[in-house]
Amino acid sequence: MAELEVEIVAADHFVWSGAAKMVKARTSDGEIGILPGHSPLLAILAEGELAIEPVSGDRITVAVDGGFFSVDNNRVVIVADNAQMGEAATAGIR
Amino acid sequence: MGAQIRVYRQKISSTTSMRKIFKAMELIATSRIGKARARVAASLPYANAITRAVSAVASQSEVDHPLVTEPAQIRRAAVLVITSDRGLAGSYSASVLKQAEGLNELLHAEGKEVKTFLVGRKAQAYFDFRNRPYHRVWTGNTDAPEFATAKEVSEALLTDFAAAYEEEGGVDEIHVVYTRFKSMVTQEPTVVRLLPLEVVEETAASESDLLPLYEFEPETEQVLDALLPRYIESRIFAAMLQAAASELAARQRAMKSAGDNATELIKKYTRLRNTARQAEITQELSEIVAGADALSAS
Repeated sequence: MAELEVEIVAADHFVWSGAAKMVKARTSDGEIGILPGHSPLLAILAEGELAIEPVSGDRITVAVDGGFFSVDNNRVVIVADNAQMGEAATAGIR
Repeated sequence: MGAQIRVYRQKISSTTSMRKIFKAMELIATSRIGKARARVAASLPYANAITRAVSAVASQSEVDHPLVTEPAQIRRAAVLVITSDRGLAGSYSASVLKQAEGLNELLHAEGKEVKTFLVGRKAQAYFDFRNRPYHRVWTGNTDAPEFATAKEVSEALLTDFAAAYEEEGGVDEIHVVYTRFKSMVTQEPTVVRLLPLEVVEETAASESDLLPLYEFEPETEQVLDALLPRYIESRIFAAMLQAAASELAARQRAMKSAGDNATELIKKYTRLRNTARQAEITQELSEIVAGADALSAS
């Protein structure tokens, strides 16, 4: 199965990157789940939590307070104003 | 004679203590520059992501957003000048101010009014001394800028950009003058026009460079509304970070040559002092000999 290539960046630092099976985010319209093969999308993030299901390891949660994300070719770039990693999130840092 | 030696001694000791300051400043700048460069590098992923997103939105949809449309007539321009808080950095602040001065003249020649925004105490001092008006100034932390400051600056600029020309003193375009960090030895004062955005239509080099057709959530307009201020923020923050790295590099170089010059001077004064001392001894001797001769002759 294809994987999502996820990258999370904050204004002044790099937060996380890695392969994932699913990304769940909250947009200004509501929650959205992104699986591999999603059509290209550019959306505004609302304040709240992002959940990432990595290929290996536990689910990662990241608290963001606004930003946006883009999806194209199984590549998810999440640009947050301020991102705070939840617990059990250090595993995927490279 | 004795006075001359004393003068040289004073000069030597004051130059020595100055050299200590120069050496310390050089070391401080050297130790901070790595961090400043790392911060420049750390801000790149964000800047890249946001630039890509902005060009994706701007290139494919018929955008009609105040931030991207060129106004029919530009009557007033805002200029943001980024300098340092402290001196002892060679010509760093002076060359930025010179560049800003050039831009100022150019804008005036085009018949535009200029509204100045300043960052750094050096720029403030320059404008205060010449009794020139400026709109706002931000000082403190120019060698380690914070994102919050960049946010404040961009908010102030965007408010003015959105304001009407006549009654509220709004501006039609925004320029930034800062020092671009090219390498440890070259930093270049640069002028960029931030707004209105120039959406560069790049020719895609390969298939993968083509931007896909995005769906927008919630609406193209709202996405642009949310993206553009962020883009401006990130551009200003990047400019501030580059300026900080340049400031430290300029300071390191200036302090290095100041230290070298001080060493040179100390060497020179020591030589002169020794010569003066020797001359004094010689004179005393000849006076004694002459005195003895005069006594024996009488």
